[in-house]
Amino acid sequence: MSNEKLLVGPAPHFRAKEDSEGMMRDVIIALLPALFLSIYFFGILAAIVVIVAVVSSLVFEYIMLRARKKTATKTDYYSAALTGLLLAFCITSATPFWAVIVGSAVAIVIAKHFFGGLGFNIFNPALVGRAFLLASYPVMMTTWFKPMDAITGPTPLNLIKEQGISTALSPLFFGNVGGSIGETSALALIIGGLYLLYRKAIDFRIPVSYFGTVIIFSHIFGVDPLFHLLAGGLMLGAIYMATDPVTSPVSRPGGWFFGAGCGLITMVIRLWGGYPEGVCYSILLMNAVVPLLDRYLPGTRFGAKRRLSLKK
Amino acid sequence: MLFKNTFVGGIHPPEEKEFTEKLGIEEATLPKQVVIPLHQCTGFPYRSLVAKGDLVKVGQKIGDSDSAISAPVHTGISGKVVAVEPRLTFMGRMVESVVIDSDGKQDVSDSVKPHPVIEKISIQEIVEAVKNAGIVGLGGAVFPTHIKLSPPKEKRIDNLIVNGAECEPYLTCDYRLMLDDIFNLAYGIDIARKVLGVSKAYIGIEDNKPVAIDYLRKKLNRVEVRALKTKYPQGGEKQLIKTILNREVPSGGLPMDVGVMVLNVATCAQIAKTLKTGMPMIDRVVTVTGKYLRNPANLRVKIGTLYRDLIEECGGVDGTIRKVLCGGPMMGVAVPSLDIPVHKGTSGIVVFTQKEIDEMERDRYEEVCVRCGRCTEVCPVYLNPSLLADYAEKGDWEMCKKLNAMDCIECGACSFVCGSRRDIVQLIKLAKDNIRKHVK
Repeated sequence: MSNEKLLVGPAPHFRAKEDSEGMMRDVIIALLPALFLSIYFFGILAAIVVIVAVVSSLVFEYIMLRARKKTATKTDYYSAALTGLLLAFCITSATPFWAVIVGSAVAIVIAKHFFGGLGFNIFNPALVGRAFLLASYPVMMTTWFKPMDAITGPTPLNLIKEQGISTALSPLFFGNVGGSIGETSALALIIGGLYLLYRKAIDFRIPVSYFGTVIIFSHIFGVDPLFHLLAGGLMLGAIYMATDPVTSPVSRPGGWFFGAGCGLITMVIRLWGGYPEGVCYSILLMNAVVPLLDRYLPGTRFGAKRRLSLKK
Repeated sequence: MLFKNTFVGGIHPPEEKEFTEKLGIEEATLPKQVVIPLHQCTGFPYRSLVAKGDLVKVGQKIGDSDSAISAPVHTGISGKVVAVEPRLTFMGRMVESVVIDSDGKQDVSDSVKPHPVIEKISIQEIVEAVKNAGIVGLGGAVFPTHIKLSPPKEKRIDNLIVNGAECEPYLTCDYRLMLDDIFNLAYGIDIARKVLGVSKAYIGIEDNKPVAIDYLRKKLNRVEVRALKTKYPQGGEKQLIKTILNREVPSGGLPMDVGVMVLNVATCAQIAKTLKTGMPMIDRVVTVTGKYLRNPANLRVKIGTLYRDLIEECGGVDGTIRKVLCGGPMMGVAVPSLDIPVHKGTSGIVVFTQKEIDEMERDRYEEVCVRCGRCTEVCPVYLNPSLLADYAEKGDWEMCKKLNAMDCIECGACSFVCGSRRDIVQLIKLAKDNIRKHVK
């Protein structure tokens, strides 16, 4: 027992088991119910789009990490796979494969690695990919398949915007409506969301304030709040995309503000904007505000208030 | 109320107290040699009062300083001074130390005389006695207690909080002290109450120690025993005050700024012991523990005993010793050698073997921050630790100061939860150090 070599290092000497890699894995697990339901509703085409998106994202990630001479970690690849999955979830199952690959390239190469890679991107990569595709190929990207069918048809948001026809809430809840691959089933997305909250993988403040703002806004302007919660990409956006840790605020009050801002912009676009759906742009716009939120809404400082109740 | 008996933030590390929580405090074997560093508390180092060849007796003062913020140091064994030279201490620094070989007789010094009982002693006499006995905060902060006990006149203290939270994993020395040394604890609380002139005293204990909570509720009738939710760092004094009295110590301030004094249970018991017997602070309770330590124990150890002796006394370990901590795993220091002495702030010696370290270190490489915000979520003083760490990495101390780095209590909750395994708290400590040096 002499001359043993002791390890020295900074405290704490205990670390939590949960890591960033596990957090990404949790989000992927949480998206699985929605994935299965979307394959059930939109068939093999949806499955292929998902596979193409995930694989191409992983390939671009590998290329970029090599090109930037970075050591690849498991977290990098989990994050890239998640980006691919989310990109596939917010585009239509009618997207041709080459367009999916273009989307992945924009997401991983431009939105993620040009900004510095994992942890440094300002905008949500999957949403940048989607926005790019939507702006470049507007007709192709708004060709929606009806569920369980090979014919095209409008989404519930198209119907209400262009023709004023509302969709019943029950298909909206279960996902039996037209739309992007992963966004239609509110049920599956909520189940995954509860899992994420249980695993503490997402900040509860963002979806809560997002939903809250949409509900309040709908009440003020006399539209059905439940319809707006369940229709389109709101569930997917609020639970899985706005909560992306890299592109959402770290500060607690910032989280509330961020969610509320997303909700507000979504509803403004849906009610008066040129597009039927506003989730994607609302989150991207709020992403740009995140550094400001972190800086100017850092939260109360401990000991900022003096509570003196000395008895005389 | 949502946050009753707890505070905002904090973490739940594994508790690991089962190795020693059922074991009563035992007297450690008398060491053959002690190494007593001449710098053991917040403040300035002392000068040696003895020289090589001198004979010393138990309780004799061997080091003192003229500085106001300092507390003297005494020997716990009788024998001969064999050297006064720089020796390695737990922080890895060489500190002038007095090395004493025991003669085994334990003759008590003439200077050790009991003080008058609480009714007959004046406040000045108590403070003087605490100062001469070299009593410091035994929770780990080692701040001289006599300074705490003489707050400036303009600060009104209306509450005394005794800290029995013991939120560090592994450590059970305070818990056992509450169970095994209750008379000294109660007497110490009475003395502190008299000195500070307060009527209200609380003792805060985490609710993972129900036995202690029940026992103290039965035995201490003039002290309010508060069961606190088990959450690290509940034992931080700012968190304790917030939880018990819902007062926030202002940034850069001290507990006395909100009318509170916080004393550790071991400090209270030491004050009582000193006043009863006149014996200065010569020993303390140390939890010697570890999963693979053969006989973990709560030992009353003479200051200056070497870690190696204590680990041997506890039966050694199964396997190879790879990491030894002074204190608990959250805030403790990994010591560079086993030949370093127990000092007044050593609350525990935690031994990790190669096997445990291998398990802990597997897949433990640092990655980039993904801004998950968990560190912000757990920070008990509401900082943004990841951002502070970023600026500290860049050496931007001005910005660190603007982001309130000085408010950090160095609890390490941020590093604990960090999914990218960054050494956040270490970077903030670095920033604090540099702010003190460079930023006006």
